Amino acid sequence: MRLSIRHITRYRFDEPVRGIVQSQKLWPAECANQRILSWEVTSHGGQTGAEFVDGAGDMIRLATWRGPLTELTVEVAGEVETSDLYGVLRDHRERVPASAYLRPTRQVEADAELKALSAVALKGMEEASALDRAHALSRAVSEAIAYKPGETKPHTTAAEALSGGVGVCQDHAHALISIAHVAEMPARYVTGYLQASEDGSPHEASHAWAEIWVPELGWVGFDAANKCCPDERYVRLGSGYDALDAAPIRGLVQGATPEEHLEVEVMVNAVQSGQQQQQ
Amino acid sequence: MSATKPAIFNEMLNGEQVRPPYQNLEKWYRSMPAELRSLKQSEAEALFRRVGITFAVYGEGGDPERLIPFDMFPRVMTAEEWRKLDRGVRQRAAALNAFLADVYDRREIIRAGKIPEHLVTNNEAFEKAAIGFRPPRGVFSHIVGVDLVRTGPDQFYVLEDNCRTPSGVSYMLQNREIMMRMFPQLFMESRIRPVDGYAGLLKKTLASVAPQKCQGEPNIVILTPGHFNSAYYEHSFLADLMGVELVEGQDLFVEGDFVWMKTTEGPKKVDVIYRRIDDAFIDPLCFRPDSMLGVPGLMSVYRSGGVTICSAPGAGVADDKAIYTFVPEMIRFYLGEEPILENVPTWQCAKQDDCKYVLENLSELVVKEVHGSGGYGMLVGPKSDKSTIESFAAKIRKNPDNYIAQPTLALSACPTFVEEGIAPRHVDLRPYCLVGETIELVPGGLTRVALTEGSLVVNSSQGGGVKDTWVLAE
Repeated sequence: MRLSIRHITRYRFDEPVRGIVQSQKLWPAECANQRILSWEVTSHGGQTGAEFVDGAGDMIRLATWRGPLTELTVEVAGEVETSDLYGVLRDHRERVPASAYLRPTRQVEADAELKALSAVALKGMEEASALDRAHALSRAVSEAIAYKPGETKPHTTAAEALSGGVGVCQDHAHALISIAHVAEMPARYVTGYLQASEDGSPHEASHAWAEIWVPELGWVGFDAANKCCPDERYVRLGSGYDALDAAPIRGLVQGATPEEHLEVEVMVNAVQSGQQQQQ
Repeated sequence: MSATKPAIFNEMLNGEQVRPPYQNLEKWYRSMPAELRSLKQSEAEALFRRVGITFAVYGEGGDPERLIPFDMFPRVMTAEEWRKLDRGVRQRAAALNAFLADVYDRREIIRAGKIPEHLVTNNEAFEKAAIGFRPPRGVFSHIVGVDLVRTGPDQFYVLEDNCRTPSGVSYMLQNREIMMRMFPQLFMESRIRPVDGYAGLLKKTLASVAPQKCQGEPNIVILTPGHFNSAYYEHSFLADLMGVELVEGQDLFVEGDFVWMKTTEGPKKVDVIYRRIDDAFIDPLCFRPDSMLGVPGLMSVYRSGGVTICSAPGAGVADDKAIYTFVPEMIRFYLGEEPILENVPTWQCAKQDDCKYVLENLSELVVKEVHGSGGYGMLVGPKSDKSTIESFAAKIRKNPDNYIAQPTLALSACPTFVEEGIAPRHVDLRPYCLVGETIELVPGGLTRVALTEGSLVVNSSQGGGVKDTWVLAE
């Protein structure tokens, strides 16, 4: 499947700011089920700088803006050819050992409730394969947390989301990572894009899911929010311990921090073969 | 190991006899009138106050304005004694750096089954952000502080390694400076190897790890958390000695491919940062987002070869308590040599033979929980009664994996000024090894002394002091 992506992030400030520094993790890596046909990240009015590929295989680039400025826009546009590998991440070049992804960060640290959820989900599965256990964990999260936007915040933890029983994809991913860790299975947070509707109507956020380490297969994606594994409708952007570590954009305003307004617009469209990218 | 209390090695006296390296000092002490001694002691204190060196050693916290007691009686080592330490410390620093370069790259030592993977990758000090990047010359820990204790004429043990930002070197330099100012005669009578080359060697070391993209003379800075930090004096002292800028995070910014320092003449590129800030705080865009001490974007510039950070992010995984046990193995694995300095022997109760030995000798051992800290869950055999030992033995039998044991070490003692004259007090030693293009070690280090009689605790927060440390020339 050929997907065209446009991802616009716009920041507005009530007062002019002195400057901004961003660390951008906005480049999808090539792997068996995703081929990058074109990809461009534009930091309007900013200066791009130091870039490198980190141990997890994600390219990270620095962008800076000198103030005073009251608005800035980062625009991502590209086309990716995808296929369905049932969530298995294959031929992805990375050097971080899976065992490094057992770390409890603030957002994925398990409380008693998460520990219990993990144990109940895996009850009677002591002999089951790692893949079956991972599916069971993902199902448990889908059932325990209902998809409901607007109820949780970017800093909400897995424990908070579970106790509230509602959340968005970030919360599902955090909860799944957390209960996988309880079961001593390495797990991590993945950001990306999803063609959520056939008509490609814009949505207000990029997507996120979790990957769990299955020894015989490697990393396998689980989208508990959508009760499935990533297929050809998904584009994988980058990974990390949690939403903060994996964030496509981490930025810092220099000097006094006025009120900030963030607008995100994501459009993911299927491109018919032979058809030009939509403008 | 016998049941008798191990004899304490007195570094000055062998019975009634004064050991050769201390003969000059013993005469010096005997010829010093008591009034002169107290005069000199207050002079020393005034000098320390004047230079402003009042911080707690080794980041122990406490009152930053408190003066750490300085004991005027130097600690002496012969050329021969030092030769062994010198070789041993350099060897250790080389192996620790080889280990760091390996665990962030191919992980050969883990593949070879010499160190369990989870001890490394699941370690809090292991930085994912350091994986797959080789810092200039492959060096991660540029200043290695090795904490040593002595138990006999020829017996030294390593208590721990410090690979991040070991502090205390300013005491080594100031103790010498002040002794030379107060007792110039002593330094004419003995051939004592100088330590004042340290700052020059440190600067040379830092310059030798300048990043690929640096052309010409590298611009080196020391990055401090600020004046409220207990070691701020040391940061500014070293910056002065090296003739480099002392900066805080807010004095630096990233733009394009580099890190820049704000100056009155405009931005100046920075090539090497000797940081005295923990990993978690150096870049809020990579580590703790709430850090105000670091430089946003620093890690991107570092990883793309625009700046060198000393010590490298992630260096702490080599000095972790759980990793310590494996340092002798590292020396064999990377250098193909036998360790010159010994670790404190450690019995792992997870191993059956070790466990048997530990259970049979509990009254002589210190038993610790593998992941415990701050003395919690610990048994000090020689200071425990029979019933305490018996109930502890039951705990070990129940969960042997959770315990390690070490002998109670008889730290050597050095003559130290007390009310009535001099008396032996227990000491340790931290030499500072510099690793860059070459490995450098000035002859000396910081000697800490437990000023309370019988005490083995040299920590400044618990009544410890410092001494000048002499290495005699050949």
